Amino acid sequence: MKMNGARIMLECLKKEGVDTVFGYPGGTVINLYDELFSFKDIHHILPRHEQAGTHAADGYARATGRVGVAIATSGPGATNTVTGIATAYMDSIPMVIITGQVPTALIGNDAFQEVDIIGITRPCTKHSFLIRDVKDIALTMKKAFYIARSGRPGPVLVDFPKDVQMAQGEFHYPETVDIRGYKPNLSGHPRQVEKAVAMILSSQRPVMYVGGGAVLGDAAEPLTLLARKLSLPVTTTLMGLGSFPESDELSLGMLGMHGAYCANMAMTNSDLIIAVGARFDDRVTGKLSTFAPHAKIIHIDVDPTSIKKNVRVDLPIVGDVKDVLTKMIMQADKSTENLTEFTAALAPWHSDIAGWKEKHPLGYKQSSTVIKPQFVIQKLRELSDDDAIISTDVGQHQMWTAQFFKFNKPRTLLTSGGLGTMGYGLPAAMGAQAAFPNRQVITICGDGGVQMNIQEMATLVQNKLPVKIVILNNNFLGMVRQWQELFFDKRYSSTCMELPIDYIKLADAYGAKGFLATKPGDVESVITQGFKEKGPVIMEFKIAREEKVLPMVPAGASLNEMVLNA
Amino acid sequence: MQHTISVIVENDFGVLSRVATLFSGRGFNIESLSVAPTNEEGLSRMTIVTRGDAQILEQINKQLNKLIDVLKVLDFSDGSGIERELALIKVSAEDDARAEILRVVDIFRAKIIDVTPKSYTIEATGNPLKIDAILELLRPLGLKEVVRTGSVAIGRGAKGWNG
Repeated sequence: MKMNGARIMLECLKKEGVDTVFGYPGGTVINLYDELFSFKDIHHILPRHEQAGTHAADGYARATGRVGVAIATSGPGATNTVTGIATAYMDSIPMVIITGQVPTALIGNDAFQEVDIIGITRPCTKHSFLIRDVKDIALTMKKAFYIARSGRPGPVLVDFPKDVQMAQGEFHYPETVDIRGYKPNLSGHPRQVEKAVAMILSSQRPVMYVGGGAVLGDAAEPLTLLARKLSLPVTTTLMGLGSFPESDELSLGMLGMHGAYCANMAMTNSDLIIAVGARFDDRVTGKLSTFAPHAKIIHIDVDPTSIKKNVRVDLPIVGDVKDVLTKMIMQADKSTENLTEFTAALAPWHSDIAGWKEKHPLGYKQSSTVIKPQFVIQKLRELSDDDAIISTDVGQHQMWTAQFFKFNKPRTLLTSGGLGTMGYGLPAAMGAQAAFPNRQVITICGDGGVQMNIQEMATLVQNKLPVKIVILNNNFLGMVRQWQELFFDKRYSSTCMELPIDYIKLADAYGAKGFLATKPGDVESVITQGFKEKGPVIMEFKIAREEKVLPMVPAGASLNEMVLNA
Repeated sequence: MQHTISVIVENDFGVLSRVATLFSGRGFNIESLSVAPTNEEGLSRMTIVTRGDAQILEQINKQLNKLIDVLKVLDFSDGSGIERELALIKVSAEDDARAEILRVVDIFRAKIIDVTPKSYTIEATGNPLKIDAILELLRPLGLKEVVRTGSVAIGRGAKGWNG
């Protein structure tokens, strides 16, 4: 049966199991939208900005593990997606972004709303395609989805000219795809696995250092099994939170610039670091020359380029983390070493760690007059569902969330770790809520970032997406203010948000509910009231204005040189 | 240290810019680059000469391999390859210099491919060090213009790149 290219595109999405797309119409996707009008198998959500649509697709992907799909028109629609694409790229999120393009005959002519979006996004996509012929749509989409979700996942952009959307063609979706230049190595080498287990069993101060790869690779289960079997302490990066339950005794919480004292001390004193799907980012390692000076390093990652990029590695294992960890469990089981003896010998190490935990636990000074942000986060954990999905923006509130929320399940924290994108939280929560209409979805924002995509309140209300928006309002761009306080003599250059916004009225303007807490005694009742509402809600907390995120490893300092009280 | 890398790529739209973006975006240096189709349909071969220590080279190698359009990366830094470059050289050639230039051309087994009463244009091939050497000898005689292709390289022995 002949159909036009626009319809073929939708059939491809259906074949890939796409149920929801986030898109914004325009001149060069009008044909696609015309087909979408009568295409019942795909639910389309209209954000109020293409950047938000891309973040929503990203939030959908992080929460579900499936490929998120965003659509934008050519020119400004396409350029508006760039921040969303870069955000997804830095955190390895599987996405397919379909952009309209001017008709092929006009490409390169500076036509109306023409931009070379493939050129613009080349450094922040895993791959990209320009479809020049209606015959190529199906194979291109098959490849796009395969590339986006396999290996180290990432965003793939498909540029789709208007004339190709209008051209008539046959639809045949390929069953399989073979790309000769792309064969990700998923299976960890058995010999390397064997060596890794032997290295662990001969270590005295091992630490598992776990990153976003464990979440993306759905490896929480074997990770938890292996850690418990061998009694290995586990610290996670921001992106790794949720992959290992923070309620577990072996958990050290998050490491790095704002990580727990015990986690950073454990890394510094360790004799063996087992890195799982993590990339030794500068926010994690601190000063490289003094990072983990006594440790051998085993690095497990699906992406060979991550290995030995920043630190020396003693044993690289390229492969899917779930596969490798599962093999490591099997190897430990058949090891001739006495596992009980090994774990018993770790007692002094565990006692060192317990000492660090006790010496400087994560904490804050409670106040009876002003709301402490950390207190709000703790109350949110206490009053929210076990499987609630949390998204954040970027800044102080993000770090407080990472420190105090205590994540126990994978894919329950959606946050922009690599790019650090303000404005991410609200639309990402929107995407997660679209995927899970019946789960509690909460976005925790500051008063800076929330305004960067506040227009999505309209999308939430229109689509009955009951996201709970928590605003920790200190009338500051708090993280930058904190740096100015500590390193720039309190010269608060442009970080004070001088105009106070009435967020309750703002919620009302969009047809949502708003609740305000100004003193510690209000916190619990505002959260309870907010959670009770059936629709989207803003909960605003006027917090201690100059509260800092601590501990803190100053940029360029060693990981064990933490500022604990400032 | 200088390295010569061969990259087998899909002969697709945008491949060259993907490779170039990879180098520029990570601060890797390209000293020379040549690209042309190969005997296998749909494939092109790039020869890239770059500089860096072993760790940078390993990153370049892995990053190139990560590109979807790249099929194979061959590193000839260990002497496992043969390298050649072609140069077209225009020199002023008057009076006594004409004979001297011809002698140099003869020694380097180069060819005169264009001649006027005041100039010669020379075609020289060889490994890049040989090209450097002929240019050094011609420089005092009056170099006017030099065009170099950049290195191309192929592995030694009976085997092709894919066996």
